[in-house]
Amino acid sequence: MNSVVFIVIAILTLAAALAAATLPKLVHAALSFALSFVGVALFYFLLGAEFVGLVQVFVYVGAVAVLIVFTILLTRRGAEEEHGFHWSGALIGLAVFAGLTWAILRSSGLSAPAPTVAAVTVKRIGELLMTDYVWPLQCVGLILTAALVGAMVLVMEEKR
Amino acid sequence: MGHSLDQIFVIAKQWILSFLGGTPVWVQWIASSLLNISAVLGVFLTLFALISVLERKILARIQNRLGPNRVGPFGLLQPAADGIKLLIKEDIVPLRADKVVHFLAPVLIAAAAVLALGIIPYGRNMTPFAIDGGILFFFAVGSTTEVSVFMAGWGSNNKYSMLGAMRAIAQMVSYELPLIITVLPVVMVVGSLMPDAIVAAQAGYSLGVLPHWFVFTPWGAVAFLLFFASGLVESNRTPFDVPEGESEIVAGHMTEYSGFKYATFFLAEYFGMFALSGMAVTLFLGGWHAPIRFLEIIPSYVWFFCKLGVLLFVFIWIRGTLPRIRVDQVMNFAWKFMLPMAFTCLVGAAIWHYQGRRLGGYLWSAILIFAVYFILSRLLDTGKKFAPRTYRFAE
Repeated sequence: MNSVVFIVIAILTLAAALAAATLPKLVHAALSFALSFVGVALFYFLLGAEFVGLVQVFVYVGAVAVLIVFTILLTRRGAEEEHGFHWSGALIGLAVFAGLTWAILRSSGLSAPAPTVAAVTVKRIGELLMTDYVWPLQCVGLILTAALVGAMVLVMEEKR
Repeated sequence: MGHSLDQIFVIAKQWILSFLGGTPVWVQWIASSLLNISAVLGVFLTLFALISVLERKILARIQNRLGPNRVGPFGLLQPAADGIKLLIKEDIVPLRADKVVHFLAPVLIAAAAVLALGIIPYGRNMTPFAIDGGILFFFAVGSTTEVSVFMAGWGSNNKYSMLGAMRAIAQMVSYELPLIITVLPVVMVVGSLMPDAIVAAQAGYSLGVLPHWFVFTPWGAVAFLLFFASGLVESNRTPFDVPEGESEIVAGHMTEYSGFKYATFFLAEYFGMFALSGMAVTLFLGGWHAPIRFLEIIPSYVWFFCKLGVLLFVFIWIRGTLPRIRVDQVMNFAWKFMLPMAFTCLVGAAIWHYQGRRLGGYLWSAILIFAVYFILSRLLDTGKKFAPRTYRFAE
């Protein structure tokens, strides 16, 4: 049952990712990118990581996809002429893929049998974030606040 | 008697499922889910039909008209006539439109609205899908609406559609912040993201008449108002309907839609309204709990839908009485007033909790919230004087 679902989701995600890379219209590519985000979220649900999956939808589909779409609309005007095949992009993509595969194959987690863990509740995640991981959380908060203030400064009107 | 009436739908569902006894677990699971889905869809489609005619009736009453009164008794069959009309209308797709995106936009927006309805507890043991991060699910699904609105605007290949979509997305992104931050104090006080746990935390009465709903705490009252106002924006209702301001940009992102697709957008808008009202009831108005202890003999789902009905009436009432707000005013209101007030609610809830939820806590959180409100209103005061407008040529 699970492996069937896995294959269906994998095909969906990969097809969406491929479409995002190959579709000629940038907006179409961005929308299929959002679809591949949904596919990744489905993987998290399949693995029982409900919270991560919901955050994936929330942040990537709700915010990042809209951000990408807005960036495309606000920066390019009708620039949809055919581009040739970019060898440099393909090379970088292959290099990243090879690096990730190498790292995954080297990790010790692959050979060990999967540990049986109890379902992680949102409450448990919250407790961990507030106790063991409170410093990373604070650092992330600080970085995000700095980014927010920076964005404000960039778009603020000049006072005459 | 009262108990079996309260659980009548739960018992009915178990009775139907009992026919499937002996079948594998996953068959029963699918059947149970399908039953829940059809119940939610049936109830809310009926409510949609009812509200669409009631809204026109109430608006007519506010504007001193009669409203629809031709089809059926008191015009109650008007939704059926509307539905048939919209079904047989020609479905026009613009020649230069992006066909696939244009088609998918109303489908996705309606799907998101229906999904959001699935996690709300409608009565005792009557949550269609009780998941651990229910509140998060609600807002995650709601946040995908923006992508659909963009698809509608961009796919139509029309400048009014695109302008409307841009306005709608800007407004929705801005108001999502206060909407979610006003939920945080409730989640913090309850300590759970499950809607059922939040409803359970609001059970009980002081002196048998004063329910322990979060709206009766200082932070809860303010958070409820902020949540409701943000809900108005998220569902693009007046006074925040700039995205579809018909006097400026035709119908916003829905300009190029006709017939049943247009109806689907409307369905999504109303379902979104139901979902947000239902969420407000769950978070602040005690969910399905009765307002007074001895009224608990009335079934829990009746109470839920009564509260939902009151909130929907307020939605319509506001639509009938308030004019549209300008775009820049909407944005300023979100970032300069709603957001700081939402954060104040969070701090107020913390004070209330750590004062042992007693009188001192109520007092201190009320003082804090009022102080911040006072300072904000002073800072945001533009000092404009509003005198009666003088007309030079139109006396």
